[in-house]
Amino acid sequence: MTDRRVDLRDPYARPHQQHSADMMGMFVFLASEIMLFGGLFAVIFVMRRLHPAEVVAASMRLHLWIGGLNTLVLLTSSLMVALAVHTARARRRHAAAGWSAAAALLGIVFLAIKTYEYSIEAARGLLPAVSVPTRFSGPVEHLFMNAYLIATGLHAVHVTIGVLLLAWMALRLRRGMLPLPGRIVTVEVTALYWHLVDVIWVFLYPVLYLAR
Amino acid sequence: MTDRTTTIDDRRARSRPETGTGDAKTGDAEIGTEQVSYLRAGHTLRSWLLTTDHKRIAILYLISVTIFFFIGGAAAALLRVDLLTPEGDLLTNEGYNRAFTLHGVIMVWFFLIPSIPNTFGNFLIPLMIGARDLAFPRLNLISWYIYILGGLFTVVVLITGGVDTGWTFYTPLSSMFSNGNVVLAATAVFIVGFSSILTGLNFIVTVHKLRCPGMTWGRLPLFVWSHYATALILVLATPVLSITLALIAAERVFGLGVFDPALGGDPLLYQHLFWFYSHPAVYIMVLPALGVVSELIAAAARKPVFGYRFVAGSSIAIAIIGFLVWGHHMFVAGQSMYASAVFSFLSLVVAVPSGIKVYNWTATLYKGHISLDPPFLFAMGFIGLFVVGGLTGLILAMLAVDVHVHDTYFVVAHFHYIMVGGTVSAYFGALHFWWPKMIGRRTSVVWGRLSAVLIFLGFNLTFFPQFILGYLGMPRRYHVYAPEFQVLHVMSSAGAGILAVAYLLPFTYLFYSMRYGAPAGPNPVGATGLEWTVPSPPPKHNFATLPVVTGPPYDYEIEHEEAGKAGGGRKGKARTTRRDRADDQGRPTRQAKTAPGEEWQ
Repeated sequence: MTDRRVDLRDPYARPHQQHSADMMGMFVFLASEIMLFGGLFAVIFVMRRLHPAEVVAASMRLHLWIGGLNTLVLLTSSLMVALAVHTARARRRHAAAGWSAAAALLGIVFLAIKTYEYSIEAARGLLPAVSVPTRFSGPVEHLFMNAYLIATGLHAVHVTIGVLLLAWMALRLRRGMLPLPGRIVTVEVTALYWHLVDVIWVFLYPVLYLAR
Repeated sequence: MTDRTTTIDDRRARSRPETGTGDAKTGDAEIGTEQVSYLRAGHTLRSWLLTTDHKRIAILYLISVTIFFFIGGAAAALLRVDLLTPEGDLLTNEGYNRAFTLHGVIMVWFFLIPSIPNTFGNFLIPLMIGARDLAFPRLNLISWYIYILGGLFTVVVLITGGVDTGWTFYTPLSSMFSNGNVVLAATAVFIVGFSSILTGLNFIVTVHKLRCPGMTWGRLPLFVWSHYATALILVLATPVLSITLALIAAERVFGLGVFDPALGGDPLLYQHLFWFYSHPAVYIMVLPALGVVSELIAAAARKPVFGYRFVAGSSIAIAIIGFLVWGHHMFVAGQSMYASAVFSFLSLVVAVPSGIKVYNWTATLYKGHISLDPPFLFAMGFIGLFVVGGLTGLILAMLAVDVHVHDTYFVVAHFHYIMVGGTVSAYFGALHFWWPKMIGRRTSVVWGRLSAVLIFLGFNLTFFPQFILGYLGMPRRYHVYAPEFQVLHVMSSAGAGILAVAYLLPFTYLFYSMRYGAPAGPNPVGATGLEWTVPSPPPKHNFATLPVVTGPPYDYEIEHEEAGKAGGGRKGKARTTRRDRADDQGRPTRQAKTAPGEEWQ
């Protein structure tokens, strides 16, 4: 096999064991993240079941195309991250750094578009806790926008964490602080996290925007 | 590879008291240098607070969990004193609510959930599976700091006046009407949830990836199996609680409305989300206890656990079914009759794997060579209390009966039997069983027996009258009650007094033994399992050379048979397979045994 220069950490005896344990740890963590958002999805489904017509009406107020553009941005960034892993595996650390930086940049673009979207909603009096004169058509719309804010807000927090991780990783790759065949797992694990953030959005988008 | 490893038998032979662990002639030179125990590996405070050694982190948890146990216990004592008279003249209504909330929050999240997994799981899982540490040692340390941070938040809540919602934070009381510090309390529980998730993650990965050669899934100690099942629940259920508490905080801070019917929300939704975590949480508390008792029973009976595979599988079954029964908390809350019927059925199903465990323990004890050691007495106490708690759980799972006793003291008694009677008995059993391993000193058998008996008697005197109280109609969470209930309440409070003494007792003589106890050999209880093959207390890196497991778990009979054979023990052991063992089981080998009681004293 290839000669992997790995800084073996304490409990492990073999590089392969450490790598597979790190990957498994990340997958277990992502499972817990899915359960975290699962609670929110349960809330949204219950809301829709209790008030089907009002929720559809409230969903119509969201900006389908802005959300669609954001989906596109996020999916593209996922591709960048996949390319970062691919180039990192080929030990091309400058290319990997470039791709992760590009993914981080797209994450920032996503957050910028999201902020713009929030600002439109706030101006129309539709964003709870921010809009000063609120103009909701009724309690259910208020509730829907609340759930929308919590769900997309929590997702945005995850995007922010992901952007910071990707940027830090790009910096470390560029400076050669991540020896590449050895610490490839750092790149893979960060990529997995970013993919999860992406997948959660792929579910949030239809549940909130397309549920009309 | 081969020269770096050794078999269990090598380790056993090397670590027997008569050969001596420090004896350089029996081991290779490498062992002699690595034999510094984890307790002596560093003496500074920094070496403890920045340690990544799972054993030291376990001790950190042991200390902090004990502190929270006494804070929660003090709140309980306050409640029991207040309930001595029907008028409730010690506490105000508000004060009583805050005291039982504090008791519930601290006991559930800061004692019962972390007690066994974070102390004994942390300490023993790597030792039991032949690993040097948990898979992510630094994450393990971080999770302790997160736990302490959550604890500090709780203390702040305590200082700033407390919460009056009960540990369940039911809406709309918590979201709209409560004037306590709900947001801060929810934050505390949210934070401590992260600690649970990280610990669960660490356990799952460790059990999957760090088992030593030969430690197959079919050879894992039952303690490890039950912790694996617990970890699955911790990882999958805790995030749901986190999001629920975040929603509660959002509801209070800026009127979210998800749980408010006036805004189109649904208060019942809160109960669904809450119990989706908190019912499995009951199994987080009791599954590790079941694992502990399996170990204690096998060691006490000096026999392999009867039906090993079924006992192991029942842990997983309890974990899975535990996710499907949350609705039995809401029979009278207004969910549909059909949902209630399904939840009632599923709740009864949990009794099957629980019953498997109890029957298999009984079968393990059958014709066992039993002596009345403290760990065995605690295990017996556990079985008694767990069976009473479990059977009353069946009563509560029945739809029609539940309507009668819902939210009465019957429920209080039921869950205290499971969670306190069960889990705390097992916790003390584990403390007595593994104390010589953790500290390297033996402790008093007589005092241990006394406290085991006192806990059992005190517990029953405290909580059995509450079954009657509840059946007669005394609602929970009331501190002004009808005078005819007073006799039973006084009995209960008297029992709580005995219980308080019985809980304080072990901490005094265990503490005493740290200095004055006789040194324990590597295996003072004569048990099997890899943790007993290393010196007590274990060296910093657990195993000088990683062990290789060649036989099934709990091979008590084989060991004694080979002790009878002269010389060829190791060779014969290495060849022993499961099939061979089955043939050997019928032979009378008990004469060769040493009575465990002798070794304890």
